[in-house]
Amino acid sequence: MPAMREFLGRRGKFRPQPPADSREAPHIPDDLWTKCPSCGDLIYTKELDRTNRVCPKCHHHFRLRARQRIESLTDPDSFVEWDVDVRPQDPLDFVDGSGGYADKLAQTAKRTGENESLVTGEALIEGRPVALAVADFDFLGASMGSVFGEKLVRAIERAAERRIPVLTVSASGGARMHEGLLSLMQMAKTVAALNRLGHAGVPHIALLTDPCYGGVTASYATVADIIIAEPKALIGFAGPRVIEQITKQKLPEGFQTAEFLLDHGMIDAIVPRDVLRETLGRLFVLYSKAVPRSGART
Amino acid sequence: MTDAPLAAWDRVKLARHPDRPHVLDYIRDLTRDFVELHGDRTFGDDRALIGGIATFNGRTVIVLGHQKGSDTKENIARNFGMARPEGYRKAERLMRHAEKFGFPVLSFIDTPGAEPGIGSEERGQATAIAESLLTMAGLAVPTIALVIGEGGSGGALAIGVADRILMLENSIYAVASPEACAAILWKDASKAAEAAQTMRITANELQAFGLVDEVIPEPAPAHESPRGTIKAAGEVIARHLNDLLAQYPPGDPAAADRLIASRYERFRNIGAWTAV
Ligand SMILES: [Zn+2]
Repeated sequence: MPAMREFLGRRGKFRPQPPADSREAPHIPDDLWTKCPSCGDLIYTKELDRTNRVCPKCHHHFRLRARQRIESLTDPDSFVEWDVDVRPQDPLDFVDGSGGYADKLAQTAKRTGENESLVTGEALIEGRPVALAVADFDFLGASMGSVFGEKLVRAIERAAERRIPVLTVSASGGARMHEGLLSLMQMAKTVAALNRLGHAGVPHIALLTDPCYGGVTASYATVADIIIAEPKALIGFAGPRVIEQITKQKLPEGFQTAEFLLDHGMIDAIVPRDVLRETLGRLFVLYSKAVPRSGART
Repeated sequence: MTDAPLAAWDRVKLARHPDRPHVLDYIRDLTRDFVELHGDRTFGDDRALIGGIATFNGRTVIVLGHQKGSDTKENIARNFGMARPEGYRKAERLMRHAEKFGFPVLSFIDTPGAEPGIGSEERGQATAIAESLLTMAGLAVPTIALVIGEGGSGGALAIGVADRILMLENSIYAVASPEACAAILWKDASKAAEAAQTMRITANELQAFGLVDEVIPEPAPAHESPRGTIKAAGEVIARHLNDLLAQYPPGDPAAADRLIASRYERFRNIGAWTAV
């Protein structure tokens, strides 16, 4: 289950790794206008920021960076970040065709302004406290390595202790290959933490956003109590190009979209971004009445 | 900790050797009274991931394992050991079954990975793996996983969240296949041997990283000495199982809680990071 960002380009149109926004929507010179990759319309960029980066004409949901997502979901000034000091290492002395992992981490940090691919913390959503874990796809395809796993588990443990719900927002190419089996084991580690959270009767809501694949989809993100996806997000286990290459079959229309997953019974709901915060707020109120089973294992 | 150059790729070839013993060979040599239990009770039976109940070392156990074929025909029937969602749902069902009756779980890992396919996606491959991880993490009975060949990614881990993780000397365990890693990070699948080296996928390296409890030596590669390898594996499994049963006696709820807590700590502590 590699970091499959290479495989994620629809119909094979993958290009290596400029920031999500420029990849999706080449900015017109002065950034005043942004072209919608779905309907082709030119959108006044300030208007796009006002709509949380949803195209006003066709409702295409642009990808959000982690900080943009947090700002769009949480009550103003309520976010307090956790574990910023937890930083990645290069335990394998991993070197690939383009150089060493340690260098790649340093360059990525410089380019993205993030130290890792997961931002965690606590915030209020519609006045309710929540533990947040938000993936940043611009950081090595939000691949899950040791830091991702460690920060997520710490967030889950704090949430269990304080009995506040966990909201994970995922977009990922999968497990991070540069940390080898340590990355794979983060799947077990995060799921084990959620097992405890579940026994404590504290809910986990997962928001799956475009694109979400591999080790993330096959671990913490799909054992949530409620699974919500954004419209048209691509979500799956194996990347579409891998499946096409291996099976030599044409993929069905809409394969691995949020709508496809909903039809196949894999997610609870598709929620458009403009009503997401309000929907989450309503769920948090409902689950605040949860009564933990007596004698439940913790 | 680092094997000699290209040793990793030699191990990959050995781990994938078609004559290497498969889980049914281990079951035949190491257990009695085996009854295979089929089906996920939802959609189908996956012949790439088998399960059943048997006597091992005088005790009833649930056995799970990926089953590859020894020839093309069997490999097609077994889907080359690549399980579909039904396989993981069957495994998950049998784990709950084991817990219900207080039987330990022995799982034998040997897969290139979970099947990438249209049907597997439609039927929730990712969810099936995730739910198997969740059940295994919280299982109230002792669990032992042994990598006998290829430990390929999430499809391997799905039956590997165990109290003891063992590997045969010539088995491998990896986050992705070396070919996939090379294709993605080198843009060249022919660099698989280099990828295998830097990914640290051999049993000895993974033991040095603290991810594996014991490596079972293969004085001769398993395909040359199948009976001897299986016998040695059986002795190591029996020792670990006795140890777990002594520490966590079946039928004692407090022991079950301690067992789950100890398994939690094991996986909780995996990772390499710094706090600056
Ligand atoms: Zn549009």
